Amino acid sequence: MARMRRRKGVWGKYMVHLSVVLIVVVWTVPTFGILVSSFRGKDEISVSGWWTALTTSEHNVIGRAKSPSDAVEQDGKYVISGNLLNGKGYVTAFGVRIINPTEFKAGDTAELPGGGGTLTINRDGSYRLVSDTPFEGSTGRRIYYTAALPPSFTLANYEKVLTSEGIGQSFLNSLTVAVPATVIPILIAAYAAYALAWMRFPGRALLLAVIVGLLVVPLQMSLIPLLKLYNGIGDIFGVPAKTYLGIWLAHTGFGLPLAIYLLRNYIAGLPTEIMESARVDGATDFEIFVRIVLPLSVPALASFAIFQFLWVWNDLLVAIVFLGNTEQQLVLTGRLRELLGSRGGDWEILTTSAFVSILVPLIVFFSLQRYLVRGLLAGSVKGG
Amino acid sequence: MGHLISAAVTIVLGVALAGAYFYAANKILDIIWPPRGPALQAARNQKISATIRPWLFLGPAMLFLGLYLVYPVVDSIRLSFFGRDGVNFVGFSNYVWAANDQQFRESIFNNILWLIVVPAFSTAFGLVIAYLTDRIWWGNIAKSMVFMPMAISFIGASVIWKFIYDYRGADSPQIGLLNAIVQLFGGTPQAWITVPFWNNFFLMVILVWIQTGFAMVILSAALRGVPEETIEAATIDGAKGRHIFFYIMVPQIWPTIAVVWTTITITVLKVFDIVIAMTNGQWNTQVLANMMYDWMFRGGGDFGRGATIAVVIMLAVVPIMVWNIRRLNAEQAEH
Repeated sequence: MARMRRRKGVWGKYMVHLSVVLIVVVWTVPTFGILVSSFRGKDEISVSGWWTALTTSEHNVIGRAKSPSDAVEQDGKYVISGNLLNGKGYVTAFGVRIINPTEFKAGDTAELPGGGGTLTINRDGSYRLVSDTPFEGSTGRRIYYTAALPPSFTLANYEKVLTSEGIGQSFLNSLTVAVPATVIPILIAAYAAYALAWMRFPGRALLLAVIVGLLVVPLQMSLIPLLKLYNGIGDIFGVPAKTYLGIWLAHTGFGLPLAIYLLRNYIAGLPTEIMESARVDGATDFEIFVRIVLPLSVPALASFAIFQFLWVWNDLLVAIVFLGNTEQQLVLTGRLRELLGSRGGDWEILTTSAFVSILVPLIVFFSLQRYLVRGLLAGSVKGG
Repeated sequence: MGHLISAAVTIVLGVALAGAYFYAANKILDIIWPPRGPALQAARNQKISATIRPWLFLGPAMLFLGLYLVYPVVDSIRLSFFGRDGVNFVGFSNYVWAANDQQFRESIFNNILWLIVVPAFSTAFGLVIAYLTDRIWWGNIAKSMVFMPMAISFIGASVIWKFIYDYRGADSPQIGLLNAIVQLFGGTPQAWITVPFWNNFFLMVILVWIQTGFAMVILSAALRGVPEETIEAATIDGAKGRHIFFYIMVPQIWPTIAVVWTTITITVLKVFDIVIAMTNGQWNTQVLANMMYDWMFRGGGDFGRGATIAVVIMLAVVPIMVWNIRRLNAEQAEH
């Protein structure tokens, strides 16, 4: 009985491992797929799944022998020889008729239809066309063969998307949007958070409630009025309505409720004694904030900075409403959307572009995951 | 490159400006009402300063919140009663239009589907994964992997999944993973995202894939917070793993589950990127946020109808907003 229970325990443990492995596979395979594809050539992507990338793939190829003018005479026979492959892979089968392209095995000798001689193709791709009479015509004979190609990877896609597809420029544009839009809200929010946490004034509770309410206001509510406002300002002052300054300020506004909320929770949790003793020593609120609160709040500031950076970098809606779609203003997400429209089936372009666009967030994520988790917990688990 | 430099300048300028504002505001306060001099005067000055100072600290934040969130909310509501250019008052006719519009009804239906499916699956998966990964030595690595999609943009995730759903004619090799698997089991490959009704679920998968990590992280922390003694007591009473999970642990973390659920609900209501990237609302996949964007720019922009759709999204958020504020107040009362 005891042994049975133990066996069941071990088996259960084994099941836990197995299911977690399965979950991890399901969650990572999609991303892994575009990573692998981004290193494959256009032709490979379109004929075989990315999961075959590491195996040798067989392709049915229609090749062409050298032209009859290249024929040489050997022992009274006319011979055309050459190699179908460039040292990559090997030939598994070939044929002389299009209806049966795998009729012969590599190394066999096939009679050409109509008695025009024989064709031999070896495993290494070398072929020999032999005929008793001179070859006719001006172009080389068609040869059908199956080539097994070893896995091959290339950086060509990256070169292409970074230069000619404009991903490189968009990368810089995204960076231009994201960095100031991350930095500007922090200071503004930190002061407000300090006031809400440690200063007494009428309306504090109400203000906090308003900020918590604003946390969930859908972005959609802001778009039209702000678009009108920006267009109006653009018209009055004769400046473009779609500017980087405009989007920095917009992201600052949209990010502030979370920033204030996160920072207030953190700052309110700082030990009272430190504040009290500083105040007894005659420090003003300004001094307390700059010398004590700010340095102690670095973990919370980092959490928010990561959130805001990821959110701004990954944002599409604000970018396409408040920035133009010129080369100088199109961010990565916007570019990716355009490519989805214009390059719908070109998976080598799409997968590579997508991977470039998620690279920075992934680096940020894996290097600063601790702060991200901490921020999430501070921002969501309340009261529980 | 040029604007990258201007970005750097802006950062320096912005930080300096913010710093200067707070420093100067504080200084000016001290100059006008110096906390020195005769005791009575100093005390009175200090009191005045203490009344004003919080508002100096809050000023810039309130300016931004007012301009970018409060004013737009009010203005969107106002605009929803006006015509396409925002000049002519039209009463409720935008709402009447919406109620009778085929696409709007379709969006409402799809949004409801999204609101049921995505939070339910994300939370359930998150809970189960949190429970399982807490049981194995490499759980943190596994968690990292499930959490990772959180860092990926909706549009990037859409490309990733569009590649999985890719469809080639039945006689050519399938390069989309889903169709390859379907073919492996003898099924017929499909252009999944064009199959009405069911395509909604293929889009939802993307958001579930992203949000599960969020649910997992939060619920994992909550599960760890369940007191060891309760679980031990249950074990002694003969409860098995599954029962402990469902009858002891889950009830204890209900409040957290509710928070996760509502947070994901908010995200779902705003879902836009995935739909615009995958189908742009074709094949009966329209949702409110995408429809709103559409009307905002359609034919030069119909601000009235766009604002109306935004207000409908907002109305759906209001109950959660009220609940959040109540929770905050309850929490404040505790302290």
